[in-house]
Amino acid sequence: MLDTLMSSLAALLSFQHLFYMLIGVSVGLVIGVIPGLGGIAGLSLLMPFLYGMDEISALAMLIGLVAVIPTSDTFSSVLMGIPGSSASQATVLDGFPLARQGQAARALSAAFISSMFGGVFGAVVLTGFVVVARPLILSFGSAELFMLALFGLSMVAVLAGRSLAKGLAACVIGLLIGSIGGAPATGEFRMIFGFTYLYDGIPLVIIGLGFFAIPEIADLLRKNSAIASGFALGAGWFQGFRDWRANIWLSIRCSGVGCMIGAIPGLGGSVVDWIAYGHAVQTTKKDPNFGKGDIRGVIAPESANNAMQGGALLPTMLFGIPGSGAMAVFLGGMVLLGIEPGPSMVGANLSITYSVIWSLALANVFGAGICLLLALPISKLTQIPFQRLAPFMIVLICFAAFQATRSLADLVALLVLGVLGVAMKRFGWPRPALLIGYVLSMQSETYFYQALQFNGWSFLGRPGVIIIAVMTLASIWLGLRNRVDEYGHLAPRDDNAPDKPSLRAHLPQVVFALLIAGLMVVALTDALRHDFLGQVFPLSVAIIGLGMMAILLPQLVWGKTGHHSHFDAELTGEHVGQAGIGSLWGGLGWIAGLVGLTALIGFYGAVLVFFPLFLLVRARAGLLATVLMTAGAAGFILLLAWSLSLNFPRGMLQEAMRLPWPFR
Amino acid sequence: MTNTYTLSRRAAMGLAAGAMALGLAGPAAAEVDFSGQTIEWIIPFSAGGGSDVWARFNAPLLSRYLPGNPTVIVVNEPGGGSTRGANTFAARAQPDGLMILGTSGSTQFPYLLGDPRVQYEYQDWRIAMASPTGGVVYTTPTLGLTGPQDIAMLRDVELIYASQGATSLDLVPLLGFRLMGFNVQHVFGFRGRGDGRLAFERGEANIDYQTSSAYISSVVPMVEAGQAVPLFSWGVLDAEGNVVRDPTFPDLPSFVEAYETLTGAAPSGPDFDAYMAFFTAGFPAQKMVFLPAGTPDDIVAVYQAAFEAMKADPEYVANATEILGTYEQVTGELAQTLFELGTTIAPELRTQVAGMLAADYGVRLGE
Repeated sequence: MLDTLMSSLAALLSFQHLFYMLIGVSVGLVIGVIPGLGGIAGLSLLMPFLYGMDEISALAMLIGLVAVIPTSDTFSSVLMGIPGSSASQATVLDGFPLARQGQAARALSAAFISSMFGGVFGAVVLTGFVVVARPLILSFGSAELFMLALFGLSMVAVLAGRSLAKGLAACVIGLLIGSIGGAPATGEFRMIFGFTYLYDGIPLVIIGLGFFAIPEIADLLRKNSAIASGFALGAGWFQGFRDWRANIWLSIRCSGVGCMIGAIPGLGGSVVDWIAYGHAVQTTKKDPNFGKGDIRGVIAPESANNAMQGGALLPTMLFGIPGSGAMAVFLGGMVLLGIEPGPSMVGANLSITYSVIWSLALANVFGAGICLLLALPISKLTQIPFQRLAPFMIVLICFAAFQATRSLADLVALLVLGVLGVAMKRFGWPRPALLIGYVLSMQSETYFYQALQFNGWSFLGRPGVIIIAVMTLASIWLGLRNRVDEYGHLAPRDDNAPDKPSLRAHLPQVVFALLIAGLMVVALTDALRHDFLGQVFPLSVAIIGLGMMAILLPQLVWGKTGHHSHFDAELTGEHVGQAGIGSLWGGLGWIAGLVGLTALIGFYGAVLVFFPLFLLVRARAGLLATVLMTAGAAGFILLLAWSLSLNFPRGMLQEAMRLPWPFR
Repeated sequence: MTNTYTLSRRAAMGLAAGAMALGLAGPAAAEVDFSGQTIEWIIPFSAGGGSDVWARFNAPLLSRYLPGNPTVIVVNEPGGGSTRGANTFAARAQPDGLMILGTSGSTQFPYLLGDPRVQYEYQDWRIAMASPTGGVVYTTPTLGLTGPQDIAMLRDVELIYASQGATSLDLVPLLGFRLMGFNVQHVFGFRGRGDGRLAFERGEANIDYQTSSAYISSVVPMVEAGQAVPLFSWGVLDAEGNVVRDPTFPDLPSFVEAYETLTGAAPSGPDFDAYMAFFTAGFPAQKMVFLPAGTPDDIVAVYQAAFEAMKADPEYVANATEILGTYEQVTGELAQTLFELGTTIAPELRTQVAGMLAADYGVRLGE
């Protein structure tokens, strides 16, 4: 084994292999920086070149790409508050506040060091465990997977925000959104309301962008200022490194958690960063400042998400079961190279496995190194007036959104969820709780049903189930004591929130809560139409949600001034009363305009109209700047679409006449 | 059905050569020229899946053997269990040979079952190539079996199968096991056959099947270690449309042989016909390449010729086994016959299967 280890390292360290790995790393860095684009897009980009390459170089290239996406996606999470990919949604919570305080460089360098450490940690664990991992992975049956899903859901306790009822109701909405589409037990289609698009459920990327990116863009746009307005950038480079050193144990624990969750097939990687973040909040005793810019809120998820990729390689290579969307494409790449995953990966093909692991470690080091070098220049972006950046962000986010099914429906879904997201942000509904509900919805339902089918209720007595249950209870207990939301750390039952004492001022948030309750009623009525196995999950979840609303609504209407359930950023936010604040819905209006134009003339044509219009009207840019920026953006989108060989969403124009690519 | 369509490599090559000699493909190739053009190969699945890998394997070879060496790009149009991409193709493709569609069993099944999302009509399209596959059913030795001959021992056992869903490709084992009279509990919600195999390895399921290449790489080691017992292969179709032994697994009985061992008689009747319709769509005719309605004969012919010619390419020879298993991609009359068998179902059989799925598995189609 040691021989194989060293010889695969030697094989990898040739110029050719390193060269290909660096290609993978570079593509991964670029793709990761673009919000919403992740491993799937990146790997699809490289797939056509795999043909005829030698195995080691090709695998090094693919791994180089997969490894660094959770590193470079931190840029947009920290600098814009827009999750760069599903792996770094939790980084936003504290990374973005740090950037707004002018500490972007510090947050970024801490994030990159953590990413590098997590990635190398993952590779080291993989080296030791790959030979003995099979029985370990097989010990997680459906029952244990269900309990792990519950453990993930327990993180809602930490992220429920000021009002527990509100937090749980948000989680219920996430669970219900996740149950749209085919029921796992019967294949019945739930809550599709006649839309073909909803048959497959709403894709994760749309949820992430709709609930996190769009509210942030809307918020930044109305303020008409730069992201880090009024602050010098500060040389936080070494500070970031020292932060990581001071929290090395947190980083180790989160890497371990990330690695383990990645290695267990079926949980999906998108919950890893939340679990790590929740863990950091639960275990931090010294001066917690989470939600307002605590560096530990950056270190934890960034350590975990890179380590997760190492873990996720285990089920992919040993069983041919991809742990994430990116791993599915990696698996496809392996097959295309003629490598069949399976037991042989720790037998006859062990050297291939080790070269993959070494590539992973090296790519993490290279990736983080490059990102560190770029951190300072890139964080200057936060000093550009946001209305100049906004059209790029809007177009990129729409571009990322329609990767899901390549249709206009993706953009419409993005817009609808964006409206919901803006309202949730305004009324203090914790969006992380919703997201956790969404990513674990399908898993909770499927594994519960499967565990019951395989074991009956006796599954509750399995030792693994009991262990995870104890962990879950501990996590809930710790979580309730250390709650946090995007407006900072808070004590439960904190009834002195800023508020305005009149029912009339509270009316908007009451109406929104009624709307949420209405959504739950819709889900409930839809569930009643289905078979028992198809309805039991959404029905129970909707009933719990309505229970929460029954607690929340009276509090909203009759609660005393400053009650912890009250929140409306339009009443008490720090921007209230300042000059030059635009409408909350202005940014959404522009996005709606782009989507509407797409419906008429197709996406690419719409971008060509939207871009100059935005720059001239909204950003008041000069003619030359407008032309240059439009050309740059149009060229970039074209290059990206061409290399991904994709067609843009079509509008009515395209239905009426045949046009050449990219307009068709 | 006069031609042989066993899926052995030699027979297929022979027939293709015959077809070319008859002038089906040969002379037409000179008139069509794709120089400087880009051909879009629509794959109604996301990147990285079986169909995607299959198309990416074929695309550069197709480019090499089509006249004018056009660029062939794979365009993923996932969604709606592959119905969205197929609908897109049906609505957009022009009969100029510049857009082709790769389908899979997951595209055939909704069509056969009358899924309301299906807006495509297979019978309008023209087939360029069909790519068959196969699979092996196996069980666990803890039930007391030592080999395929002991299959009768399964009759009174409660079997558990980890399924992807009653309307997925796992409909074939569902119908097959019913036909054999097995008492199988289908646990749904698995995300692929690999996921199902994991449930078998964990001891949660006790009967499973894998496609041939996954069987060879992942199950054969288990068989050798005494952790799995093979039962039968699904089999392949011979010249008369009969199910015969899969040449990849000459020592394993086919589904039909296993049925005879169990019951002492050959399978027949409407249940068997229903099984055969979905079996053909799911295995011998699993993956197919189509040109849109109204494509001229000469364009169809150059495509068929290209798919035949690529089989001699060293790159094809070197990698075909990993990607395709041991099955040969076929064109011409062979492909036409598989196409017809794999995309037609008598209306009363459709009603019967839909009724059974609704009554026994709570599956409601059309809602």
